[in-house]
Amino acid sequence: MTTLDAKVPEGPIQDKWTNHRFDIKLVNPANKRKYDVIIIGTGLAGASAAATMGELGYNVKVFTYHDSPRRAHSIAAQGGINAAKNYPNDGDSIYRLFYDTVKGGDYRSREANVYRLAEVSNEIIDQCTAQGVPFAREYSGLLDNRSFGGAQVSRTFYARGQTGQQLLLGAYQALARQVGLGNVTLFNRSEMLEVVLHEGRAVGVVVRDLVTGEITSHSAHAVVLATGGYSNVFFLSTNAMACNTTAIWRAYRKGALFSNPCFTQIHPTCIPVHDEFQSKLTLMSESLRNDGRIWVPVDPDETRAANDIPEEERDYYLERIYPSFGNLAPRDVASRAAMRMIDENKGVGPLKNGVYLDFADAIGRLGKDVIEARYGNLFEMYERITDEDPYEVPMRIYPAPHYTMGGLWVDYNLMTTVPGLYAIGEANFSDHGANRLGASALMQGLADGYFVLPYTIADYLADYLNVAPVPTDHEAFQATEEEVRSRIDKLLSINGSRTVDSFHRELGRIMIDECGLARTKSGLEKALRDIPALREEFWKDVKVTGTDDSYNSELAKAARVADFFELAELMCRDALEREESCGGHFRVEHQTEEGEAKRDDINQAHSSAWEWKGLSVPPEHHKEALDFEYVALAQRSYK
Amino acid sequence: MDLTLKVWRQDGPGEPGEFKEYEAKGISADSSFLEMLDFVNERLVEAGEEPIEFDHDCREGICGTCGVMINGHPHGDQKGTATCQLHMRKFNDGDRIVIEPWRATGMPVIRDLIVDRSPLDRIIEAGGYVSVNTGGTPDANLIPIPQMAAESSMDAASCIGCAACIAACPNSAGQLFTSAKLAHLNLLPQGQPERYERTVAMVDKMEEFFGSCTNHAECEEACPKSISIDNIAFMNRDYIAGKFKDRRKAGQS
Repeated sequence: MTTLDAKVPEGPIQDKWTNHRFDIKLVNPANKRKYDVIIIGTGLAGASAAATMGELGYNVKVFTYHDSPRRAHSIAAQGGINAAKNYPNDGDSIYRLFYDTVKGGDYRSREANVYRLAEVSNEIIDQCTAQGVPFAREYSGLLDNRSFGGAQVSRTFYARGQTGQQLLLGAYQALARQVGLGNVTLFNRSEMLEVVLHEGRAVGVVVRDLVTGEITSHSAHAVVLATGGYSNVFFLSTNAMACNTTAIWRAYRKGALFSNPCFTQIHPTCIPVHDEFQSKLTLMSESLRNDGRIWVPVDPDETRAANDIPEEERDYYLERIYPSFGNLAPRDVASRAAMRMIDENKGVGPLKNGVYLDFADAIGRLGKDVIEARYGNLFEMYERITDEDPYEVPMRIYPAPHYTMGGLWVDYNLMTTVPGLYAIGEANFSDHGANRLGASALMQGLADGYFVLPYTIADYLADYLNVAPVPTDHEAFQATEEEVRSRIDKLLSINGSRTVDSFHRELGRIMIDECGLARTKSGLEKALRDIPALREEFWKDVKVTGTDDSYNSELAKAARVADFFELAELMCRDALEREESCGGHFRVEHQTEEGEAKRDDINQAHSSAWEWKGLSVPPEHHKEALDFEYVALAQRSYK
Repeated sequence: MDLTLKVWRQDGPGEPGEFKEYEAKGISADSSFLEMLDFVNERLVEAGEEPIEFDHDCREGICGTCGVMINGHPHGDQKGTATCQLHMRKFNDGDRIVIEPWRATGMPVIRDLIVDRSPLDRIIEAGGYVSVNTGGTPDANLIPIPQMAAESSMDAASCIGCAACIAACPNSAGQLFTSAKLAHLNLLPQGQPERYERTVAMVDKMEEFFGSCTNHAECEEACPKSISIDNIAFMNRDYIAGKFKDRRKAGQS
């Protein structure tokens, strides 16, 4: 039985991180080269951690399944990164960022972690600026800020609509520097398929080379997973095509607890689905809600084009229902409001599956040039996809799966329940509770990678000074390699009749219907019957072409989808178990009279953490109680 | 719409390749080019054939993973558009579309439409960074940067590293990619201390893999982010300066 010890330091919240850095063990500079560390993933969290650990002197091996570290999906983040700099002088502070983040997460995150995140947010901006990240600037030459959902201050730094790209390039360049110096060894087109444990500790990984199919073992003193989120369980999401759960799922099956898998974020501003052949959804940055106004026609039978509908026959429903936050209501709130409009048959577009995001007022007020400077690349992307010009007609948007707050359970040091195994960035569950605020994902990824993990990992490593890593010819590695090989052989040998995508599409449909924006007891119970049946069919009838010794994208995809089935089941189980509505988790049975989420702080103020017990055995449910010493629990109101 | 695809198929690096024809029937005009390939591939798998391998990921035109030659144009002939953002409505029913991988000696084919672009990482490793370690950096607003400089830097930093510029170039030159990274950093105050060393190191590394620039400007035409060849002139100037400069005084320039 695993016990959860979050290892939150003693003392006032403002002092916890400072005290902790003093209390934990250090590895002296000369000894750092005696340690090998493996990092999986090269997004914001992985690249920043690998670069920083390399600078400190550790021997780092970093793995990515992409052709280059710069491709990781952090690159697609558009709108910005939060920090408590208070440059605009509008009342921001570390405490306010902390408070907003806990509230935005609907009071389901760990206070101490969130405070630390807010605390290091300012250093991130300094660090990225020093690296040459070209943040947007005022004419004075100083940094510009904009607003994001769930905040009443302007604290979001940005680089046009390409903030994730620029931050990732900064981290990638820092990583490239360490690769060039020989401190970090980079393995591209290499996918981690298993964590290797010995005497209960993580001692390495088994990796498959996607070009040659070769399976190899790599050993280290510690393993860091920075492998992102699992929104692709829904098939259609804004995640990149290759994003998957395999690394964290394999870790879960090896004993790392998985926390709050049902906390998933449906982003309100995505381009609506056009037809059944679609493989991918595209996000339109939340920053657009700074200047765009969201509305639907008052009349469900409206047939006129958007621009022909007079002002009084439009319902600017976010401004109407949430006057103080208006179009900048947080994502979960905005998504559910859009869903209600569409359920009332007021949706727009050919499939009546969207709502309008209208820039006419902003263009009238500021001029087209200003809007183009702020959002030009987003408008262009919208035009490419829909063939409509958003400068002339309102955009159509619809909620779509985007981010997963759930992930591997980690303690204050970002270590999972498996000693020596860490999870950082979106792969862990730590900072966003039940709903993430806009522009906070980039902040968390870089906080973990640049400023938290490189300190906290020393506390574990210090105990293994002069202890050699377990050699890769050890039985633990050989047995794990064998597991990986037999799984791949199995996938190739089924030779059934259905494609991997057809299974994935069907799984996605179950998940979006039953475990998407709104969840019901009966729907989740149905999903818990349907998913295992579909999984069994997958293992009997999937068709994977090609061989295991050449580039084979179908094989890689099949292995990822196989893990999505198991994760989907856990998500539904978690959603069923959590008898309340909070943040992105909306149980229809638990809502206020106005249809807002209704939390149960008496029975549900905890993080769930699930322990794997076997494929057909229910996982064990652990709970980490959440104590709120600093933030008063309240019904979240954005009215 | 119904289309005929003529696609380059190649089993592996160094293997002989050939064009093969495929019918793509019932394609939605609203599909992206890659969704069209997904659709064709799913039919191929159903028929027990190996699908056409191509690199792709974000499908939002930002990660730079995708990119193929479409009728002889890198990313197709719509200007400023990556392959994933190209939509089938730009084609006509009955079209025959020729799809090939990037062709350059420095980027050998891995399989079908996938090539090895790791030389681009090697060029960045040679100097495409600011040598600042994590921590101890000054407050971000202590480094004021004229808005125009920040914007120009951002224009160059928009490069997605897809390598279309190299594929478009008759010399397979890597100048546009390399110069975009150099301009991103060399236009900023943070990039000044290493400006000339960076330029020389990256250009020298580039030349290990790719050809020379003879000002065809095909790269700018092909670039999905419309990166300007002005950057190449800027790079050449810095390269010459870097070669001749007294390095001890470089920081004072």
